[in-house]
Amino acid sequence: MVEIKTAEKLNKKYLREGMWPTIFCNGCGHGVVLEYTFWALEELGWDMEKTVFASGIGCSSRLPGYINADGLHTTHGRAIAFATGIKAANPDLNMIVFTGDGDCAGIGGNHFIHAARRNIDMTVIMINNFIYGMTGGQLAPTTPLGSIATTAPYGNIEPPFDICNLAKALGANYVARWTVTHPYQPIKSIKDALQKKGFSLIEFLAPCPTAYGRRNKLGDIKKHWQWYDDNTILIEDYERIMNYGSEKEKEEVKNMFPIGVFQDLEKPGFFERYRELVDRIMEKEGNKPVKTNAVVRK
Amino acid sequence: MVVYKRDPKLIRKVLGNKIQFLLGDMAFVYGGILAGASFFGGYPITPASEVAEGMARMLPRVGGTYIQMEDEIGSIAAVVGAAWGGAKSMTATSGPGFSLMMENYGFAVMTETPCVIVNVQRTGPSTGQPTLGAQGDMMQARWGTHGDFEALALAPSTVQECLDFTIEAFNLSEKYRNPVCVMTDGEIGHLRERIIIPDEKDIKLIDRVPATISKDKYIPFTNSQTRKNSKVPDFPTFGTGYKTYVTGLTHNEKGFPATDKQKDHEKLIKRITSKISDDADKLVSVEKQNLADADTVFVTYGASARPAETAMQMARAKGKKVGLLRLKIVWPFPEKLIAKLAKDVDKIIVPEMNLGQIYHPIREAACGNCEVVSAPKIGGEMHLPEELMKYLEVK
Repeated sequence: MVEIKTAEKLNKKYLREGMWPTIFCNGCGHGVVLEYTFWALEELGWDMEKTVFASGIGCSSRLPGYINADGLHTTHGRAIAFATGIKAANPDLNMIVFTGDGDCAGIGGNHFIHAARRNIDMTVIMINNFIYGMTGGQLAPTTPLGSIATTAPYGNIEPPFDICNLAKALGANYVARWTVTHPYQPIKSIKDALQKKGFSLIEFLAPCPTAYGRRNKLGDIKKHWQWYDDNTILIEDYERIMNYGSEKEKEEVKNMFPIGVFQDLEKPGFFERYRELVDRIMEKEGNKPVKTNAVVRK
Repeated sequence: MVVYKRDPKLIRKVLGNKIQFLLGDMAFVYGGILAGASFFGGYPITPASEVAEGMARMLPRVGGTYIQMEDEIGSIAAVVGAAWGGAKSMTATSGPGFSLMMENYGFAVMTETPCVIVNVQRTGPSTGQPTLGAQGDMMQARWGTHGDFEALALAPSTVQECLDFTIEAFNLSEKYRNPVCVMTDGEIGHLRERIIIPDEKDIKLIDRVPATISKDKYIPFTNSQTRKNSKVPDFPTFGTGYKTYVTGLTHNEKGFPATDKQKDHEKLIKRITSKISDDADKLVSVEKQNLADADTVFVTYGASARPAETAMQMARAKGKKVGLLRLKIVWPFPEKLIAKLAKDVDKIIVPEMNLGQIYHPIREAACGNCEVVSAPKIGGEMHLPEELMKYLEVK
């Protein structure tokens, strides 16, 4: 008989006791991403003693606190750089970074692009709620054009960041975007991302009714969640329409968010290349160290 | 678990001859590798780039990891991350990079992370004179990150000390679980001198005490659970099963955020500051020359100690009773020592390559018991001994 995974069972296994209640508001999407991650980890059967979480600052960056595993809650935007160090010291560890759109695409943009370029072995889960939620609703680099934020009171005039296309251009091994309202594909996608060598990114579109919805006519939680179903389109459909569709079809989808897998490659990760470099030097010099940092699993 | 293990034979093979004519910046590389450092997060900056270059050449040869990060913020972040992954880790920079590192320097303090930051100081503010030495960041090492903390900082005056103090810096960082700054300057960093690589038996290494208590009894941010009277918690390296939550937020003993609790904050900050300040007397490390009969003393550190020493010798040759007190560890500041000195002498002269930084704690410690004079020199040139001699003339 197939064992049925329930949120209750997963929570008991993966949540850190003593950290409840969470800081999250009603209608927030972050808990869902956490649940999807637990589900993927459960299906992979990963050893939580060898799985490390890092995060920066913001609501999404509080997630590692709720997970019963090693977690490094770092400074704003820097989680990926910290995670690079953790992984360098012990490439045997599984490295997962939780971050938000402000944390990752804003203040931490430089660390993100360079980790993706280096293909550092880690999975980054970026939860994009279009806003700086924890600080009260300020303009983010992902805030859609025209949206209201406390620091864009007359509507946002800045074009937003597309983090998935950025990661794709940088050659990250795995790039996907999902919403919190589609459970099955994201869980599989997290599983795929976690098993990837090199850099993998999953962007989750998630509602923030408190800081974003209220100001943008999406204060009704149900309506807000529905927005994600109405305004997303599978990337395969999006590309087909944009390439071959009629003008009317193009007009309908051009402002929608493509979701799905943007990139899936098998390039060697940074630490695999680093191991090869060390092996080459050691062989040339006739040395064999007792133990080195430069060992990767698989 | 895959974590670097220091291999003394391999390290010595890679470092080469016991006696070498070496660049100051390279001596930091040697010191780090001898101390067992296995991670260096680097970013090029004059006059510290040679440290990163040396590490990029040598670390892979001993099995460690060099990564050139995207900026100094990333460098120190990776260094702190590597420490939690189980490595002894370090970075090197100069003024502008040191400024960028300040936030994560504070993160390392708050999370009690052992790591070493070498600052090869150049003139500032801002870009200043990149190739020229200065000592303008001494107060930044002490106060540069926000909030209350205790700093640990050493100041080498010779290339040999660049090597020795890096080992010492690692020992202090591992012992106290605090970042340690090695505050040198462009003059010493770009100086070549004869060095002797210490024999293995002469190197005393201190490693962080790992968490060993049973996992159900383990408390991550409290006094040591295995050593009596130690305020330094046992270190739960990631991947060893302790499942520790480490945050830069004010946290309680369990490591959980306590952002609205005054008592938790006070308890935490008092522990992480007093773990160092309690040992302030033990941490005094100075070189004393001709203090017994001195009425005037140069109190200085780093590169400035070199012309000060010559000035003292020139003054002695003229029969003047001048001494020298060189601070090897600048932070914590040797307050009691200076207070006593101020009662024994008439005048303290403080040569520094800044407009007077360590002059201030010296004046504070002297507390009016003797005259304290700042002897500044800025613009990337060292003091000439003759210039310092002028401060000896009685007004």
